[in-house]
Amino acid sequence: MEQNLAILLLEDGTVFHGKAAGKIGTTYGEICFNTGMTGYQEIFTDPSYFGQLLVTTNAHIGNYGISNADVESDSIKISGLVCKNFNEGYSRSMADQSIQEYFEAHNLVAISDVDTRAIVRHIRNKGAMNAIVSSEILDVNALKSKLKDIPPMKGLELASKVSTKEAYFMGDENASLKVAVLDIGVKKNILKCLVERDCYLKVFPAKTSYEEMKAWNPDGYFLSNGPGDPAAMPYAVETAKAILLADQPLFGICLGHQILALALGISTYKMHNGHRGINHPVKNLISGRSEITSQNHGFGVSQEAILANESVVEVSHKNLNDDTIEGIRVVGKKAFSVQYHPEASPGPHDSRYLFDDFIALIEGATNKTTTKKFDHTTKKV
Amino acid sequence: MPKDTTIKSVLIIGSGPIIIGQACEFDYSGTQASKSLREEGVEVTLINSNPATIMTDPVTADHIYLLPLTVESIIQILEERQIDAVLPTMGGQTALNLAIEVGKHGVWEKYGVRLIGVDLEAIELAENREAFRKLMIDIGMKVAPSFIANSFLEGKEAAQKIGYPLVIRPSYTLGGYGGGFVHNASEFDECLQRGLNASPTHEVLVEQAVLGWKEFELELLRDSADNVIIICTVENLDPMGIHTGDSITVAPAMTLSDTAYQQMRNDAMVMMRSLGNFAGGCNVQFAINPETEELIAIEINPRVSRSSALASKATGYPIAKVAAKLAIGYNLDELKNQITQTTSAYFEPTLDYVIVKMPRWNFEKFHGANHSLGLQMKSVGEVMAIGRNFLEALQKACQSQENNRFGLGADKKEWIRTSDILDRLEQVSDDRIYRLKDALRLGVPVNTVQKLTRIDPWYIHQIKRLVKMEERVIRYNVAEDIPEDFFRELKEVGYSDAQIAWLMRIKETDVTKQRKKLNIRRTYKLVDTCAAEFEAKTPYYYSTFDQENESVPSKNKKIIVLGSGPNRIGQGIEFDYCCVHGLMAIKEAGYDAIMINCNPETVSTDFDLADKLYFEPVYWEHIEEILELEQPEGVIIQLGGQTALKLAEQFHRAGVKIFGTDYKSMDLAEDRGAFSDLLKALHVPYPRYGVANDTDEALAIANRVTYPVLVRPSYVLGGQRMRIVINDDELERHVLSIFKHMPDNKILVDQFLERAKEAEIDAICDGESVHIMGIMEHIEPAGIHSGDSSAVLPTYSLSDEVLETMITYTRKLALALNTRGLINIQFAIKGDQVYVIEANPRASRTTPFIAKAYQVPYLKIATMVMLGEKKLSDFEINKKLEGYAIKVPVFSFHKFPNVDKKLGPEMKSTGEEIRFIKDLTDPFFRELDRNRSMYLYR
Repeated sequence: MEQNLAILLLEDGTVFHGKAAGKIGTTYGEICFNTGMTGYQEIFTDPSYFGQLLVTTNAHIGNYGISNADVESDSIKISGLVCKNFNEGYSRSMADQSIQEYFEAHNLVAISDVDTRAIVRHIRNKGAMNAIVSSEILDVNALKSKLKDIPPMKGLELASKVSTKEAYFMGDENASLKVAVLDIGVKKNILKCLVERDCYLKVFPAKTSYEEMKAWNPDGYFLSNGPGDPAAMPYAVETAKAILLADQPLFGICLGHQILALALGISTYKMHNGHRGINHPVKNLISGRSEITSQNHGFGVSQEAILANESVVEVSHKNLNDDTIEGIRVVGKKAFSVQYHPEASPGPHDSRYLFDDFIALIEGATNKTTTKKFDHTTKKV
Repeated sequence: MPKDTTIKSVLIIGSGPIIIGQACEFDYSGTQASKSLREEGVEVTLINSNPATIMTDPVTADHIYLLPLTVESIIQILEERQIDAVLPTMGGQTALNLAIEVGKHGVWEKYGVRLIGVDLEAIELAENREAFRKLMIDIGMKVAPSFIANSFLEGKEAAQKIGYPLVIRPSYTLGGYGGGFVHNASEFDECLQRGLNASPTHEVLVEQAVLGWKEFELELLRDSADNVIIICTVENLDPMGIHTGDSITVAPAMTLSDTAYQQMRNDAMVMMRSLGNFAGGCNVQFAINPETEELIAIEINPRVSRSSALASKATGYPIAKVAAKLAIGYNLDELKNQITQTTSAYFEPTLDYVIVKMPRWNFEKFHGANHSLGLQMKSVGEVMAIGRNFLEALQKACQSQENNRFGLGADKKEWIRTSDILDRLEQVSDDRIYRLKDALRLGVPVNTVQKLTRIDPWYIHQIKRLVKMEERVIRYNVAEDIPEDFFRELKEVGYSDAQIAWLMRIKETDVTKQRKKLNIRRTYKLVDTCAAEFEAKTPYYYSTFDQENESVPSKNKKIIVLGSGPNRIGQGIEFDYCCVHGLMAIKEAGYDAIMINCNPETVSTDFDLADKLYFEPVYWEHIEEILELEQPEGVIIQLGGQTALKLAEQFHRAGVKIFGTDYKSMDLAEDRGAFSDLLKALHVPYPRYGVANDTDEALAIANRVTYPVLVRPSYVLGGQRMRIVINDDELERHVLSIFKHMPDNKILVDQFLERAKEAEIDAICDGESVHIMGIMEHIEPAGIHSGDSSAVLPTYSLSDEVLETMITYTRKLALALNTRGLINIQFAIKGDQVYVIEANPRASRTTPFIAKAYQVPYLKIATMVMLGEKKLSDFEINKKLEGYAIKVPVFSFHKFPNVDKKLGPEMKSTGEEIRFIKDLTDPFFRELDRNRSMYLYR
């Protein structure tokens, strides 16, 4: 069987030739790489990847197939996949379909058999950039002109595109605590981690104001992860500011962390090539313990800006590889956030304690207590 | 916590002689640990009885004790040195057992020595099957149902409750020794008895067998602040039922979802923490039910192990090196990643390649041994291969084995009878992976193969891809017919040119020529712990057929050292020792040193030793591509044993300079006829002999030289298939057997010098003068392979005339062979007559032993001589030895219960130790001398 050819063209003109995988077609986005060795399906469906062309560095992709249970949202969110060995054949008794069937069903274009390591080295040196993949147009010049029309990630607002259109509820309505979630691209496992800790959730669309959320009378607020440039989301920053002003318990993850920072007047910036993987070392500066974290972000919170605002915010977590900011606590408020993903999925569960911290924060603020304590000794997490 | 400054002096315990289940990986870990501690200004004292180790070299440690691993030796050291702490986790089970024993006698306490990197209670818990099982249940881990039995009756009762199949696991044994599967009641009694006898506490665990479940191993590191990281996850291709040391293993895990993996990661951490509060390495094994993903805990080893050496090489993360730093108080988040040197050591390595580890067996050495694989480890070494996909790594592993295969099949060694093949799929033996492919090639459905082997279908489907590709290849007639894309695809999945040639029935050179014409060449990628996310500073490369080449040749002059491949009987750790010294001498002489080898257990493949490490098969096609890229000044092949030497002809033909003795001289020494002519011309006596092409010729020669005769195939290692026969009948039978197993081989028939003494000389020759490094006399008489003999340095009973004659012959031969570097000559002495049996112009098994016994850096001197940098006269050689040093062979016969300990011309020992004695009244020597003929077969 002859496989169709495909091309990956980067914004700086670099071309990689490979084979077509998934659906035949053309796709584009900002190219980024994830170094995880497990959890490809969770990554594909993570809304934070919206608008990203994903390079997986693991040698094989698709080996254990696709399972309907391992999704972080109801559809594929990456804009395309670039990989080395695309495995149609898979082995897992709990899997429902192959990666090829899944990509075809979700119209995802992919390219395989390219030197992914060379691409990673290129991005590492040149920084993140837009790219286009096509298995239908094999003329590089034609792809170049298409690529010109693609907007840069910096300044791009994407959260509202992946957010829920309507508010919805999750969990047991008789649960001890009520948490309002601002969905700017939330992953399912975050919601699950909260529900497991005896929270009843109402998940609101991205452009919901504090007033609208407050009307539900929640005990705490959560700012979710999500895609795009936080600086292009004044609506969410306003909401966060209002929550802070009301001194409500607040927890933010990833994009939510950046929104919290912006609400405090601390700037964010576009990183050179971001952090994406499940092996990132983070030190908790308060406890002194370290944790291996799951990460996925192309923007970060400015360290200089934090140093200039030490009376407002303190750094709670930092990255051990490059000293970047991984977590903050708002001085004198019940608000904190982390840049990485304590809900994991994929990745290590080292940081799940942050959800407990959030619950404790709410309990302290409301004098309520959760009746069902989350049992960490139960190993089926 | 930062470094504990109260620890100024540390004792590291080595693992002693190489035995099956405990090989040179502990030289690697001990050496790393020592280097790591010395970096911190800690004084390191080392004890090991194995002279062929780098760890016991003055370059590694401050004080070295080549003493037996006994309580007495430890006391001697503690009397002589101020030791603050002992690190017993680097020397395998042997070192731990010694540390425990010393502890029981209150010795550590008495001398105020702290045990670091280990928690003795944790070890006790992990080793005691019943305690471990209870602990697992307490912390909520699932384990297979089992009962402990201290008597035969208790064992029977347990079996009744559990049912078959079941496993018997003796407590406190190494490498699964004494354990086994019991498939039905008829096998039970014997197995139970063996297990009870094997356990020092007469205790076994009778456990339900989870045969066919998937098997995984995790390597963990933990610091004293309880930060834990997973260095590597290894998936066993061979499912539960085969000892992991005998399994083909793959990293990263190929068939594990994130949910299943994270569950395993959490459990591994819970298990490690449950054992106690210790900083260091730990290995955890799990079984997973492939249907339900149900996870059970199999085993935990709270120390550096064979799999940590593999994990270090597989990921680039130096586990022993970091574990040593954790043992003296550092936390992981205070250390740097050794590969990137900029990012944190507290992280989990990620791979963008696939690793395949394949065991190397030596069953041909143990006649009558059961080839079947099970709970007891039987392999003697291993290879590791790296590729950008599973198939490439798998085929490279096959090419690394050095068992005359070109890859995974597609060579003349394939089987064709379906019934035989299916038998072998079920009765697991060392060749199962080859038989699996044979089965697919003959059209056996994947499903059937899966049912018989219980191997995950993903792997079987991958291998089936090879079968499909081969069906296509055979349709082409000449190399030019292969479409370029397809040609590239073949190379990408690891096919050697020789396999493609065999499939098409054309010449290998035609395939290579066409491949080069199409510019389908290997590129080199870095092993960097981080999938290229960060820039790496260490030069650790593997080949693949991808687009970008990362290995840029330096402008310096460079020299390649060839390693000796997987450990085998007759070729092991001693050549790793030689290669390490070769690399250091090359660097000292101002060249870039480049290392090529595929044995993950070795020190020479440590990434910080050579200027460039190519972790590649010692297989010509791979070597040739490196030569063409690097354009070295030349190669050194006399340090890598027979493996490297065998490639001399190819280097010669390719016009690559061989540093040291040239190809023609090497060939002369190997070619029996030409060598004998040379001896004759030099007036050096040798046993009568003849070269036979068939049985009739062999019979004629035997009758001419007179029985008993020594019969062997030409060009073999460690006396393989060498026999002493006493009459025509035996001769005929043995010659036929050789031809059956090794067709196309010539047969050498030598007069056997009965009751002769044996002696050997190692020497260095610079072309003008010859330096005698040492003369060793064997305690055992001729007829026992030199590797299996106890060798005494210097000689103890030979007359001055005999010694003078041996030295004269050595000088004559070394000069006549135009030797540059090392040479080893074996002698037989009958009466006053000295015969030369053979000469090997390369580093020998005894080279490290002599260097250690005399405390002379002989390998460095030899390498400088090979390079032509220095003459022998440039060195002042000062031998230091009071009394005698004895090299004592160590065997692993207990692994093969049905094999007699009969010694003969075929080498069977797996390791050796050194013993120093003051004089011949020493009881140890007297004992050896008394038993010198005890195991002599003929």
